[in-house]
Amino acid sequence: MPLLIFSIAFLALPLVRLFLASGESEAGWAIYLDILRKPRYLNTLILTVLVSLATTFAALAVSTTAGMFLSRNRFKGRGILLSIMTLPLAFPGVVIGFLIILLGGRQGLINQITPGHVVFAYSVIGLFLGYLYFSIPRVLLTVMAAAEKLDPVLEEAARTLGASPFRVVIDVILPGLMPSLVAAGAIAFATAMGAFGTAFTLATNIDVIPMVIYTEFTLSANIAMAAALSIVLGIVTWALLLIARSLSGTTVAAGG
Amino acid sequence: MIKSKTKILQLTVTLTACAFLFVPIILSVLAGVTANYFQGISSGFTLKWVFRVWELYADSIFLSMRLAISCLIMTLIIGLPAAYGLARNPGWLSRLLEEFISLPLAVPGLALALALLQLYGSMKGFRASWTFILVGHVLYTMPFMVRSILAVLASIDLKTLEEGAATLGASPWQRFRDIVVPNAMPGILAGALTVVTLSIGEFNLTWMLHTPYLKTLPVGLADSYASMRLEVASAYTLVFFVLIVPLLMAMQWASARAQRISQ
Repeated sequence: MPLLIFSIAFLALPLVRLFLASGESEAGWAIYLDILRKPRYLNTLILTVLVSLATTFAALAVSTTAGMFLSRNRFKGRGILLSIMTLPLAFPGVVIGFLIILLGGRQGLINQITPGHVVFAYSVIGLFLGYLYFSIPRVLLTVMAAAEKLDPVLEEAARTLGASPFRVVIDVILPGLMPSLVAAGAIAFATAMGAFGTAFTLATNIDVIPMVIYTEFTLSANIAMAAALSIVLGIVTWALLLIARSLSGTTVAAGG
Repeated sequence: MIKSKTKILQLTVTLTACAFLFVPIILSVLAGVTANYFQGISSGFTLKWVFRVWELYADSIFLSMRLAISCLIMTLIIGLPAAYGLARNPGWLSRLLEEFISLPLAVPGLALALALLQLYGSMKGFRASWTFILVGHVLYTMPFMVRSILAVLASIDLKTLEEGAATLGASPWQRFRDIVVPNAMPGILAGALTVVTLSIGEFNLTWMLHTPYLKTLPVGLADSYASMRLEVASAYTLVFFVLIVPLLMAMQWASARAQRISQ
């Protein structure tokens, strides 16, 4: 089968080569320990995980609220709102980075309409907003697909039994959505961890894993470390998306 | 009363999210057609930045189109027979292969690009040619094509149809052409639109694989964001939107259609 030949030549062999390359420095295989031992890499790892976690929870909160609203209510303009919220699906990370610059850069909207000097595009906040921009449509689609399958009768029943709207959300809606929320969260987290395009535009001064891989490879020519970080990153995102898929059956490209 | 309060809260969150996603798009479109964005819209509208983009980056737009079409052809040639083979022989081996070719969905493009560079970077002729980028794109889009076709094929009774045709004297090639391909068409269409959309927007792999003489549209975009004035960068983004948004809509329509058929 041509597919087998293609994927062995351009997927399996290169990945094996990448793995071997990670052990070729003086540090040998201990390079994987260096990621945890050297402050530069450890701090990068912690920052990336924190920003990704923040993105995940923010995207879940926003997209679940909007997704439940859009799937439970039929009104004029609903289609337009839905189109707007899924439009960014095809935007590469670089474009999203640029859109954040238009919001929070030096010539950005926020800086123009607010008094004083408000520039956040190149800070961690800008990066977080970029990742959030990327994740909202993806989480929204997953949540809406699950919301369509929820039985509104259960909510009706809970309400008849005297449950407050808050209790209905906590006791009926959230448990019903839970597998999809975990799946969507895993997708958001994995995409944020591996997002290169957005980081490339915004994080010129911030060390997140994809940027460190890039600079190790191009500027420091530290190929072994770039390879080791890539392997770790790849395993983490792959494992997360595997969990996501086993829970919801959806596939969303990591991209970024 | 309480219910309407929660509704208002939900609506506010939804509208805020929409504004967050949509306002920057408007800003970018406006900046692309404004004579001087720093002075504001009052400086007048112009298409000169769009023409400027065409002068500077027409090559990158053509390269992206060439890549997208070549990528589509490659994924069809490799992916269609593969999806057929996987649908005909379901089992753990097929599952494993499907899982394996789906790796590029889960592993960041940066890591894949590094892997390709490690193995093939020293083959100068290949490294410097546009086919090197093509390999990356095919790698990344292949799972979408295979899965899209596979989902449709899995929902029909391929065996019975083929046996029927075989009894009537159809050769394997005839069966593939007259039964498998027409039945798989909704999946092929959805897969094809996905492949083209993703290929035109691909940045992560391409940035690592490209050479200074081979810039694709998103690579050119990154270049313009870093070195051009805001109006040019915006006009270039506008050109990208004009290309990608209709493709995205067609892709969503075709995917929804294929999903309905396969259910």
